[in-house]
Amino acid sequence: MTQIIAPEKVNLTFAPNQSDNFKSGVMAEFSQETLAMTKRLFIQLQRRPSTLIAGIIQPFMWLVLFGALFYNAPKGLFGNELNYAQFLAPGIIIFTAFSGALNAGLPVMFDREFGFLNRLLVAPLSTRYSIVAASTIYIIALTFIQTAVIVIASAFLGAGWPSLAGLGAIALIVFLIVLAVTALSLGLAFALPGHIELIAVIFVTNLPLLFASTALAPLNFMAGWLQIIASLNPLTYAIEPIRYLYLHSDWSINSVVMETPWGEFSFGNVLLILLAFAALILLTIQPLLKKRFA
Amino acid sequence: MTVAVSIKNLQKRYGNTEAVKNVSFSVNSGEIFGLLGPNGAGKTTTIRCLTTLAKPDAGEIMISGISAIANPRLARQKIGYVAQEVALDKMLTGREMLQLQADLYHLKPKFAQPRIEQLINALGLQEYADNKTGTYSGGIRKRLDLAAGLLHQPEVLVLDEPSVGLDIESRFIFWDFLRELKKAGTTVLITSHYLEEIDALADRLAIIDQGIIISEGSPNELKDKIGGDRITLRIREFTSENEANNAKNLLVSLPFVTEVIINKAQGNSLNLVVTQGNNLSKIETSLTSLNLPIFSMSQSRPSLDDVYLAATGRTLIDAELAAAGSRDLKAEKKQQMK
Repeated sequence: MTQIIAPEKVNLTFAPNQSDNFKSGVMAEFSQETLAMTKRLFIQLQRRPSTLIAGIIQPFMWLVLFGALFYNAPKGLFGNELNYAQFLAPGIIIFTAFSGALNAGLPVMFDREFGFLNRLLVAPLSTRYSIVAASTIYIIALTFIQTAVIVIASAFLGAGWPSLAGLGAIALIVFLIVLAVTALSLGLAFALPGHIELIAVIFVTNLPLLFASTALAPLNFMAGWLQIIASLNPLTYAIEPIRYLYLHSDWSINSVVMETPWGEFSFGNVLLILLAFAALILLTIQPLLKKRFA
Repeated sequence: MTVAVSIKNLQKRYGNTEAVKNVSFSVNSGEIFGLLGPNGAGKTTTIRCLTTLAKPDAGEIMISGISAIANPRLARQKIGYVAQEVALDKMLTGREMLQLQADLYHLKPKFAQPRIEQLINALGLQEYADNKTGTYSGGIRKRLDLAAGLLHQPEVLVLDEPSVGLDIESRFIFWDFLRELKKAGTTVLITSHYLEEIDALADRLAIIDQGIIISEGSPNELKDKIGGDRITLRIREFTSENEANNAKNLLVSLPFVTEVIINKAQGNSLNLVVTQGNNLSKIETSLTSLNLPIFSMSQSRPSLDDVYLAATGRTLIDAELAAAGSRDLKAEKKQQMK
């Protein structure tokens, strides 16, 4: 290795008063740093697309396998004139978004472990929340790609299409649940000691929350105690309105989209509940992030 | 002369470990300042406090008049930091890493682009810049990290153990580059447990041991302060203990010899502290009287290791070995994880 550094009399100087080389203003700085960190995550995805590919194959397999599992279920079991593909699609959409968001903390955890996070922390970021913002933007974009693929695949598997407004509403619901769960995962990524612990939490949360929701079976199939748990599960509040959208072309903010042991919920109600859930988690992780970022 | 970095009475503990007990030193603008000490002495903790990665328990850190504790964001703008362990994103190319770094420091694109090219050229990274950093050797990684640390034209460049993991050739290239930087006006703060690195580079240095600064000054000042010359004498390539003791007893009685130590690790060679002047021939004569031969003998001015020895009672290498046995690498890793 005879690499000669030839300082071609480049300007290595610290030249004072060159502030015009820097952007100024909190918004300009925030968007520059957030965009740069988001771009990094997308470059990683582009060069290492296995997570995205697996993230699309897995829900697709859920659709096909669960669809086949209940293929010969008596007609009308899941509701009048409803085939299981139609029933299943909303469950898989939310479950996929949920799983993806739950994993959001992993890259941040690895950045912590490999010391890359320190590179971000010694930089004069306008706010360190831009690190969280970049991860959130990335995961939301990724989930939207996955959701779009599942919606298309479900349509071919017999679930049909929701209306255009319905698709918009699905996007909103997916956004809210992803925002909440991503925040939770990022909070854990800063709170837990290492990736082993984070993966353990992901493991014990992921599938149990799927089975304790109405993703695979309606409430009235379940044991009484599970009905209560499923009616408390935020995933249920995301799945049921989407299921309603798949089955009803005429819907409004006042349509009753789900029934629980403690009453009926309208479309507007569930949106508020999801919003409250996201707000609650965002507030909960504040002290965790503050402690790390102080 | 203006002061670029001033650290006063810095203290930092992790759990029960007092990583930094009392550290004070100041770095003048435009100089290369070395922080020398064995592994585990508190160098990295001091640097972590300086770069705002860790919050000190007590003390004051000023960077160009800005408090790193009260005003960490402004302090971060003044510092370029090259960490001991280079953390690069292996999926990004070198150029992409620099671009990311430029955005994190809010450089305007019209300034960032030429600046990135400039540093790629200055550090001889042209043929690597568009490869993924995952393919880089240790030396190239370090150079890229140095380029990243210099992008925003920091007033103070902070390097934590830059030579660890570098091949000899890259190390010399690195040293030359740091000297060029200094000529161009950048203040450089470098930590190292390599004596020769600090001796070769630093205008001034502080020696840190067990979380405390034990001396500060220019290499020559520190060496002059302990005074005398050093003679290393080998009677045979491997001398018996008996012979070494006989020689020692003879040599301590000579008027110009102040101290004789038998170095068992070096085949019972003898380390003498003597007054300045030409003493070798007198020693030769004395040894002949005992019929002892001379395998090798050399006289030198005191080294920084002698300075360290005089202050702590042990050599830097001994301190290294002692520290290596008692270090808790797991706990250290934890401290580094934010």
